[in-house]
Amino acid sequence: MPNLRFTEKALSDWMRGQGNDSDIVISSRVRVARNLQHLPFPLLANPEQLEEVLERLTDIPNQEELQSLGTFYMIKMNEIDSLDKKVLVEKHLISPNLASESPNGAVILNEDESVSIMINEEDHLRIQCLYPGFQVRDAWDRATSIDDVFENHVDYAFDDRRGYLTSCPTNVGTGLRASVMMHLPALVMTQQINRILSAVSQVGLTVRGIYGEGSEALGNLFQISNQITLGQTENEIIDNLHSVVLQMIEHEKNARQHLLDESRVRMTDRVKRSYGILSYAEVMDSKEAAQRLSDLRLGIDLGIIEGPSIAVMNELNVMTQPGFLQKTYGHDSNVEDRDMCRAKLIRETLAIS
Amino acid sequence: MLCQECGKRPATLHFTKIVNGEKTEFHFCESCAREKGEMIPGTSGGFSIHSLLSGLLDIETMGKNATGATKASQTLRCEECGMTYSQFSKIGRFGCSSCYKYFDDRLDPLFKRVHGSLVHVGKVPKRGGGRIQVKRKIDDLKQELQQRIQQEEFEEAAELRDQIRNLEKEISGQ
Repeated sequence: MPNLRFTEKALSDWMRGQGNDSDIVISSRVRVARNLQHLPFPLLANPEQLEEVLERLTDIPNQEELQSLGTFYMIKMNEIDSLDKKVLVEKHLISPNLASESPNGAVILNEDESVSIMINEEDHLRIQCLYPGFQVRDAWDRATSIDDVFENHVDYAFDDRRGYLTSCPTNVGTGLRASVMMHLPALVMTQQINRILSAVSQVGLTVRGIYGEGSEALGNLFQISNQITLGQTENEIIDNLHSVVLQMIEHEKNARQHLLDESRVRMTDRVKRSYGILSYAEVMDSKEAAQRLSDLRLGIDLGIIEGPSIAVMNELNVMTQPGFLQKTYGHDSNVEDRDMCRAKLIRETLAIS
Repeated sequence: MLCQECGKRPATLHFTKIVNGEKTEFHFCESCAREKGEMIPGTSGGFSIHSLLSGLLDIETMGKNATGATKASQTLRCEECGMTYSQFSKIGRFGCSSCYKYFDDRLDPLFKRVHGSLVHVGKVPKRGGGRIQVKRKIDDLKQELQQRIQQEEFEEAAELRDQIRNLEKEISGQ
């Protein structure tokens, strides 16, 4: 019987915690990719081999060492329906790839959903740790200690020269991908974002919009992550990301101050309009919701309005995604219905908080 | 034609899904396709890192003496999982950890381009990674030794030299 507690709530408990700079950095995430020796990568593995990977890796969470780091629950991908998978993707607990292409895949989650261990995704093992706010280093510390526990029980595919061997050449070496999710409305409004993003890409980092496609970032949410995994130590990778993100926080803060100084009335108007529309609209598509929620979040951060808490705002970001809406309102709704449900859900959430 | 989902906007995305031999046609507008999470070919959703990589790998073979290189990459294959180099350059992913060994000659330019480096310097597994840990320790000690010599601290330098010798014996004995 699969454990369904993870798809019922929109907001993971870990997101309720406080982090540094959480007005700009929403969350920090670290992922390490590992593979077992002597077994082909999931791309070429046959079902028996995938089953063997699953057996060897899922045995470990029951061992004392990992239980000392928390209680873990396993969900096999072939035991849950596609809607539940979609919700897990929207909560960033599994990758779209695991949801759609890994019938022999599984995910191991801890109580507050801050640790997500994916099995048989692109690599045999992917350990992911999430923290609220700007805490990349803490996320890495935790990921590496979980990695140590697994390593005590299985032999990893490792090469003296190339490091941890991964299915995709872009992950080889450390297998480490560290990322932060940032809310950068003022840099977008002042049209500085493209300049900053292209500067960021020149120092070995990549940026992409979250919940959007291409360069368009819905809700002014961006994910900054390291691109290089080979030839740098884990600490160098984390430090590099850390210092660039610190600078981006500084730029965003300056831009916010600038907007307040130069056009306080227009800013206030924009925030309050969005708050009004979110509170009363009957129909709301996902794009508008993302933009209005971004305005509202900025207004709260700047003290323009006393709105809901940041935890509620984070919750709304996930709740207004298609999969979660469908989960909440049951039926396989069409877009029109869904836009109405979305508007209703936002209205009701804002009314009680 | 209007989008079959919302019936309002014109359908700009037409595709056919074949699941277990059963064909279904879809006509969506872009915003509904996005809502439904359907991949839109030709946009970033369908353009994966792997296709980008395989582009890089193709350049590798094209750049060299064209006929010779192509021939070699057709025959080059991983004896462990059976993946050929030309398959790898199409998919952009390795089939197993031994592919790294069999394709080693070809990988330096790729890693150089993707990572700017060729050699791992980060974390090492405690088991199985013992040798490399000792090697790195030796490198550190050698650096320290140079410093001591420059500062004319010969007693400390002698101690370091002995430590290095012992460690070197350790790995050559293994």
